[in-house]
Amino acid sequence: MRYMLLIYGDESAWFNLPEAELKKGYQAYMDNTEELIKSGCMRAGSELKPATTATTVRVRDGKPSFADGPFAETKEQLGGYYLIECDSLDDALAWAAKCPGATHGSVEVRPVAADPA
Amino acid sequence: MILSHAIDAIHRRDGARVLAALIRFAGNFELAEDALQEALTRALVEWQRGIPDRPAAWLTTVGKRWLIDEVRKQRLQLSNAEAVDEVLGSAPADIGTQPEHQFERAQSPEDDVLRLIFTCCHPAIPEQAQLGLALNAVCRLTAAEIARAYLESEETVAQRLVRAKRKITAAGVPFVVPEKSELAGRLDIVMNVIYLVFNEGYTGAQSAELIRVSLCEEALRLGRLLRELLPEEPEVLALLALMQLHHARRHARCSQDRDLITLEQQDRTLWDRPAIDEALQLLDQAVLMRRPGSRQIEAAIAALHCQAPRAELTDWPQICALYGALQRHRPGPVVALNAAVAHAMAFDIDEGLERIEALAASGELPRYHLLHAARADLLRRKKDFLAAQRAYEDALALCNNQTERRFLLKRLKEVGN
Repeated sequence: MRYMLLIYGDESAWFNLPEAELKKGYQAYMDNTEELIKSGCMRAGSELKPATTATTVRVRDGKPSFADGPFAETKEQLGGYYLIECDSLDDALAWAAKCPGATHGSVEVRPVAADPA
Repeated sequence: MILSHAIDAIHRRDGARVLAALIRFAGNFELAEDALQEALTRALVEWQRGIPDRPAAWLTTVGKRWLIDEVRKQRLQLSNAEAVDEVLGSAPADIGTQPEHQFERAQSPEDDVLRLIFTCCHPAIPEQAQLGLALNAVCRLTAAEIARAYLESEETVAQRLVRAKRKITAAGVPFVVPEKSELAGRLDIVMNVIYLVFNEGYTGAQSAELIRVSLCEEALRLGRLLRELLPEEPEVLALLALMQLHHARRHARCSQDRDLITLEQQDRTLWDRPAIDEALQLLDQAVLMRRPGSRQIEAAIAALHCQAPRAELTDWPQICALYGALQRHRPGPVVALNAAVAHAMAFDIDEGLERIEALAASGELPRYHLLHAARADLLRRKKDFLAAQRAYEDALALCNNQTERRFLLKRLKEVGN
């Protein structure tokens, strides 16, 4: 099954980390990604630019509207994701627990809907 | 016996094992439940000529065949595709008679029912749904029965069950007993479920009969499997000891007219002594591991009851002390109620009653018939019959179990005279 690991965290805290800490933080992500690739589970993944760069789009009655900012203003923002493929939810939860973001923010694990047959 | 009643009894006895085998075959909880339902419906027709020797194996095979057809129609995948040939290969006449049927071999810690319990108690399932799901899957209780037992609306329970089952399928919750490293963290809730299964058998809130022996035995079997998995875990040993101590008294607990007999009035020669001795050894083993826990305390309390040669020789002060310890390990209103009763029996009825009154006033046990039954019993002991009468009436208004109701009515009559 494929699972999306959605990594949420307080991005202002993240970007305000001292240089050395931030470097360590990125290294942890790189190591994690490396491990995912080696295991053969990795399908896709990336960090996202800060939520301040987001634009939210809605179309109502055929008319598009564009708004600055993320869909929901919350204390924790979506900061990155992994798309992985593994046997069961237990494996996906184990990967989520290994994700560096889980130690300071939260990682939401969502199964990806199956491809239509 | 009417066939539908016989099938119902077989469903209650073997349903969990059949369902669990079907889930492992299909890898899909909801589909497996449909398959079981289908097999039961077919049994109603096909068993007119006679019930097979091994009805559970029959139901499993028929369920698997239905699953094979269904996944072809729906273009799904079976998790256990290599077993398909085995199922289709067996001639219809053989179903339920083959001695080497796969169903009968599942006796290891890799047991299907144990997997089913771990699946129901997966941390991805909301906690409030876990117990209900386990009761539904393992004890084969309906949403309506669970709702009645837990004083919730049937709609709420049914919805919760549907959501939980859907999540199991959609999120890919695996049908496995977890690895040893993960087992410890998930053990507590699973032990709770096994004890709940036992209690459902022992005092089924919904059942017309007081004791569903098959459920008690299933819980004991699961307890033994858990001990095989975790022989160094004192709480697992204690849980097994606790269940075995209760189970050892089953023949004394019910009269020939299927009336409830209280511990105090039971014929102690009917207790299963070898089973009690074995349980006491288990408990000793657990205590020697020097990691105390609530189940060890509960088992120690049950052990003291079993060790008293006559009811009046029960070591109530010791039981009272153990309830005090239990309150520290696992605080809660039901434990507080039992502690109050033990205090009344050991030291002072009035003080015990005061503690029960305080508990009733706190509103922590609303609609709990045993609170009123306990109060009634203590009032009866101090010969305040008028107050006892009212308390029995309060208990009766809240009690669903027919056997318990008969007992309470009998006592009500006694204090009325």
